[in-house]
Amino acid sequence: MTQRLFRRSGEDTSLLIEGAHLVDSGSGLEGVPADVLIEDGIVTRIGGGIDAPGVERFDAAGMTMTPGLVDPHVHLRTPGDEDTEDVGSGTQAAAAGGFVAILAMPNTQPVVDSAPVLSGLIGLARDQAVVPTGFMAAITLGQEGRQLSEMAELADRGAAAFSDDGRPVERAGLLRRALQYSRVTGLRLSLHEEDPSLTAGSHIHEGAVSAELGLTGYPSIGESVMVARDVQIARHEGIGLHLCHISAAESVAEIRRAKELGVEITAEVSPHHLCLTEEAVRGLDPATSKMNPPLRAASDRAALVEALADGTLDCIATDHAPHRSEEKEQPFEAAPNGVIGLETAFAAVYTHLVAPGLVPLSVVIERMSGGPARAFGLPVPALREGARANLTLWSLGESRLVAPPYVSRSRNCAFAGQTLQGRCMLTIADGAVAHRLVEAVR
Amino acid sequence: MTVYLQPPTLPSRRHLLSIADLDRADVERILETAEGFESVMDRDVKKVPTLRGRTVINVFFEASTRTSSSFELAAKRLSADTMSLKASGSSVDKGESLKDTILTLSAYDPDVIVIRHAQIGAPALITRHTAAHVVNAGDGKHQHPTQSLLDLYTMRKSLGRLEGLSVAIVGDVLHSRVARSNIQALKLMGASVLVVGPPPLIPRGIEQMGVTVSHDIAAIGDADVVYVLRMQRERMLEGANYVPSLREYTALWGVTSERVRPDQLVMHPGPINRGVEIAPDVADAANSRIVDQVRAGLVTRMAVLYDLLSEPTSGGREAALRVVATAGQEVA
Repeated sequence: MTQRLFRRSGEDTSLLIEGAHLVDSGSGLEGVPADVLIEDGIVTRIGGGIDAPGVERFDAAGMTMTPGLVDPHVHLRTPGDEDTEDVGSGTQAAAAGGFVAILAMPNTQPVVDSAPVLSGLIGLARDQAVVPTGFMAAITLGQEGRQLSEMAELADRGAAAFSDDGRPVERAGLLRRALQYSRVTGLRLSLHEEDPSLTAGSHIHEGAVSAELGLTGYPSIGESVMVARDVQIARHEGIGLHLCHISAAESVAEIRRAKELGVEITAEVSPHHLCLTEEAVRGLDPATSKMNPPLRAASDRAALVEALADGTLDCIATDHAPHRSEEKEQPFEAAPNGVIGLETAFAAVYTHLVAPGLVPLSVVIERMSGGPARAFGLPVPALREGARANLTLWSLGESRLVAPPYVSRSRNCAFAGQTLQGRCMLTIADGAVAHRLVEAVR
Repeated sequence: MTVYLQPPTLPSRRHLLSIADLDRADVERILETAEGFESVMDRDVKKVPTLRGRTVINVFFEASTRTSSSFELAAKRLSADTMSLKASGSSVDKGESLKDTILTLSAYDPDVIVIRHAQIGAPALITRHTAAHVVNAGDGKHQHPTQSLLDLYTMRKSLGRLEGLSVAIVGDVLHSRVARSNIQALKLMGASVLVVGPPPLIPRGIEQMGVTVSHDIAAIGDADVVYVLRMQRERMLEGANYVPSLREYTALWGVTSERVRPDQLVMHPGPINRGVEIAPDVADAANSRIVDQVRAGLVTRMAVLYDLLSEPTSGGREAALRVVATAGQEVA
């Protein structure tokens, strides 16, 4: 089988984590305290009172262990804009946020639309990536929506999926061809849903706040009409696809209906759309509140949270989008779209959804780990004896103010200034320690 | 790990970025201060020493006649040192960012920076990089708070009140910062607001600002004030087809003498497109207040500059009136 995730070689770890509460709905664990023994990168024992002489021990009493998180939507800005992020810094930020695998989007300079560019990135990942990293390739050459990329060759060279993210595939006929061709590659299309004729010149959600601030609005239908179109194409062709960063209640309704009809689609939602609304734009700071799709109304947010809880939305994806500070320190309309989110994703969702009782922790973990892994055919992280260690240890009671410095090279964080609860203490990705704040006990 | 230089902590300053920064008492105070300055305008020496030694910098990144001239004159009439900078011919032409332009100007320790910019949020941005008070003289389609204050001043002077007035705002609301500021300002002062125009030029969600919406020009018949907006062709997206043609716009929504009565006040923020949104005879009629608005702009902007630079606790109105009362002697 073709390898689709790549990382630098790391030492397979051996350690004993004692007394953490284990949460993994896939393994039937709902907060049971247990010891977990990892030997040479493999979880060898889960249970009470494990004794392993000579193995480094962590006292994790009061902490929570979950399967490691998987992010199917990250912008690593490499090649072309390494000042804002590169494979090393981006994967370190991912590890600090509890992620054990990420997929990077291909809207780089140059676009990842040819085997040489893809191979270069895979080489970088083998050199720098601290967590396993997959690279999506473009659906169309230059993401220009005219000519399909050589998808079979890209798949053969290790592409993880295909996306023109940052832009929609505007022409329905071309999307249909790409979808048909994905029978050959066996890889998923990940679609940015936007009808440009409805969103031209827009900066924020079209609604009460855009009416008041005067910023050109991006109406909810700018997203949902494309969702409706594409699920129909998927149904017609009988082939699944993945929908990026769903933000509008109308889109959720389309996805729910399509799933009831048996269309094999998966969909993601970002932490900022789950936790924030258009009200966050009032401060007119593009570093924290300008992104595509935009933050929407409170009613949209409520629909997204409900859809996350009931599984209509399968995945949480950060859409981590680094930008240089001089680009974001511009008037709102001049600044580019995007916020970073790898380091704050879990804490934001924990603070805004789990702590207030809107969505159970086990469901959030499923949507941040197994959900995205299954959507893209990646290994599903699990707390299970015999599995490769892909796990994260959390201090759920710990609160921190979100502020620079970040592990990411960029600072445009949507949650800057908020105090968020839930800190990542240890990340073990593919058997190796990728992030560690806990001290060993002797 | 990267070490970030933290920006210096800026002192908390009062700014005028939006009508939302003001409460009703603030507006009352500013309008009364403006009224106090009115008497100065009738003197031979039209100048008071109120802001002597203070520095007001006007930075205009977008074309302006009346706003830039009235801010400059307002500062001069208050004896402030003032300079006006236009984007063309400045370092902006050399690619300097707004942040760097403001850091440069702030090195002169101005007390007030007045900014006009085509992009929404430019005034909010510069408050993060200067210790000066910032006054928004218009940012894109967002806000133009001093225009609203001068409009309130004009309405109150003509009609004696604001509370309970009915104001119809007619035309291109979508692209109008004046409409947004005026809706907020009029609602704040207890007036009711009707917006009238073609459906594509009335923003979705505007009802949540507390206005009623009509697409029929006949609806302006019940208003005390008909406030006409300019068709802002320069802000319209190409090919967006907000209206089929200006001819059709004028036919359906143009403010003509058949559509307004002599007992209704007609206002317009300027510049006007005669024969497009407003008929020439309406603009020049006795019930038109378009020229009065310009004159009101001077005293209102004097009041805003004075208000920002006086202690909020010291009773601005009394202080202002005291200043005006003693000004003649000091100048003499």
